[in-house]
Amino acid sequence: MSNQLKGVSNQLINELNLEKHDLTKMMYDMILIRKFEENLKQLYQQGKIHGTMHLCIGQEATAVGACFPLTKEDKITSTHRGHGHSIAKGTDVNKMVAELLGKVTGYCKGKGGSMHIADMEVGNLGANGIVAAGLPLGTGAALTSQMKKLGYVVLCFFGDGATNEGAFHESLNLASVWNLPIVFFCENNLYGMSGSIKEMTNIESIAVRGASYGIPSETIDGNDILEVIKATTAAVERARHNNGPTLIEANTYRWEGHSRSDARKYRTREEEKEWKKSNDPIERFKTVLLENGIITEDDFAELNEKAIKQIQDAVEFAESSESPSLDTLMTDIYV
Amino acid sequence: MREISYSEAVRESMSQMMREDEDVYILGEDIGVYGGAFGVTSGMIDEFGPERVRITPISEAAISGCAVGSAMTGMRPILEIQFSDFVVIAMDNIVNQAAKMRYMFGGKAKVPMVVRLPSGSGAGFAAQHSQSLEAWMTHIPGLKVVQPSNAYDAKGLLAAAIKDDNPVMFYEHKMLYNVKSEVPEELYEIPLGVADIKREGKDVTIIATGLMVNRALEAAEQLAAEGIDVEVIDPRTLVPLDEKAILQSVKKTGRVLVAYEAVKRNGFGTEIVSLIAESDAFDYLDAPILRLGGAEAPIPYNPELEKAAIPQVHDIYQKCLELLNR
Ligand SMILES: Cc1ncc(C[n+]2csc(CCOP(=O)(O)OP(=O)(O)O)c2C)c(N)n1
Ligand SMILES: [Mg+2]
Repeated sequence: MSNQLKGVSNQLINELNLEKHDLTKMMYDMILIRKFEENLKQLYQQGKIHGTMHLCIGQEATAVGACFPLTKEDKITSTHRGHGHSIAKGTDVNKMVAELLGKVTGYCKGKGGSMHIADMEVGNLGANGIVAAGLPLGTGAALTSQMKKLGYVVLCFFGDGATNEGAFHESLNLASVWNLPIVFFCENNLYGMSGSIKEMTNIESIAVRGASYGIPSETIDGNDILEVIKATTAAVERARHNNGPTLIEANTYRWEGHSRSDARKYRTREEEKEWKKSNDPIERFKTVLLENGIITEDDFAELNEKAIKQIQDAVEFAESSESPSLDTLMTDIYV
Repeated sequence: MREISYSEAVRESMSQMMREDEDVYILGEDIGVYGGAFGVTSGMIDEFGPERVRITPISEAAISGCAVGSAMTGMRPILEIQFSDFVVIAMDNIVNQAAKMRYMFGGKAKVPMVVRLPSGSGAGFAAQHSQSLEAWMTHIPGLKVVQPSNAYDAKGLLAAAIKDDNPVMFYEHKMLYNVKSEVPEELYEIPLGVADIKREGKDVTIIATGLMVNRALEAAEQLAAEGIDVEVIDPRTLVPLDEKAILQSVKKTGRVLVAYEAVKRNGFGTEIVSLIAESDAFDYLDAPILRLGGAEAPIPYNPELEKAAIPQVHDIYQKCLELLNR
């Protein structure tokens, strides 16, 4: 890791004044997300997962950092690459694995799979199979908060690729003119499937798009969880105090292919290696925590072991769960 | 004859048409080195370059409208919608623009475009990536709707669709992409509006579309072992529909099963049943017409539920026995 990257975080950890308990919890959640995804990869290879899935390895800091300032009442909308968002918002890992294995104990009773995990109880309004669909939904959820004076804030996750959909532009404009309590959080991982964002847009950053709609915007280092926390905390406060939406562009990188069938011909192995080697969000956070005496190597090893165990338990729970009965095909279509 | 897969047949048809006609180009998401979500356009960018194999941003509204606009001004676009489900974002351009333009403008415009739509369930992609919405399109005057069930038909129908001066919605089935059959190397066209008798028989007619054609043929094979002689009709194009071929077969067998994958309620098979009921073939029926369609439910993720959501070979087999009171 470069000294420059470290410098920023060491300054931020003092500035943000976070509790040891919270920092450790966030470290744990990041590890848990990575272990979760690594396990899914294995389960997929063993033929236990049907269909496809989109892993977020390498993007743990955006998920965990962006959810940190949110309360349980606050809501998120997520994407096809949503496992990290779910875990960070407090979605139960057991029920997530169960869903991926198509079991009745899963979040969607086995009917949704990876792309549709949702948990209304913790304010997770759902992953989504339609790119950019979460933005208008989130805008509507923010409208409810405003109209009913509920005080909650909505944070919409979406990718760089989603910002070329009309839904992105229309949602930002609407949220702005209605001054809604919402944070638009873009995980810019440089690619939308095979489309490099450099080739799919003609602008320097996604954040400049906020200006078209009168929305304050910034670009941050999405692999530095402390920077993510700082930016989202400010945006959530702005929303909570009726000061309207914010657009955050967090730069990051997806380590794996887009989905399970991706030969990654549109990018180089060198580029991947470089991100993994010198810009791993988990390694970066760990280093800051170690250097500031917040955790020790032993603590980290313990967190790692605990996460591995939690995932093992989740897989066991899922594998020993029942499949849905065939008559559930026709249930839950209408209220 | 050599055998190639359905997806190779689609690619070959596009490539041969693009070699023949400079105005033909393809646009869509991830259709370059990625080859499209299902690999259908693999390698095409190497031959035709990025000008004619145009990788687009994720912008279905813009790219569909762009296809319409370029078609009405002299190009012949092929638009690949990555999963047919996403066509709903392109719907205004297809339904309110492409389909009606010629009529609204008093015959002064034409929109020669093809929209390629990978559809259907069976791959575990769940409710937003597995639908069969072709019946929606058949409701719109001005659109043609094509649904090939094998590689040979896919190649010839696509060539005809590209040559057609009207907007054509071309439904490909994800579960058929890897299925091989005999396909001539040279370019050929299968005219839109001509059904194909996929199997001749005298006892029962199955009119099936898309993937269900293949399942009907399997069921027919099993029924043959029981001495039941099934005829399988594949309309191949839903609009225009080869009504004559359908009615002729009904008159011949007097027993009809209509099988399709889309949600049964108001699926295209409903139209076929009405066609028969309103025609003189009605008098030839020896049993009520039966229909098999998808469950009136979104497509679920769990593999067993997913299977249960659409007709299987066994369901077709059973329905044929029912038609014969067996
Ligand atoms: C409307 C729509 N168009 C296309 C797709 C296919 N698709 C799924 S994810 C994806 C790429 C999205 O890129 P981005 O928004 O950057 O998110 P990332 O995958 O990088 O997390 C595409 C093209 C889709 N699911 N929905
Ligand atoms: Mg992206």
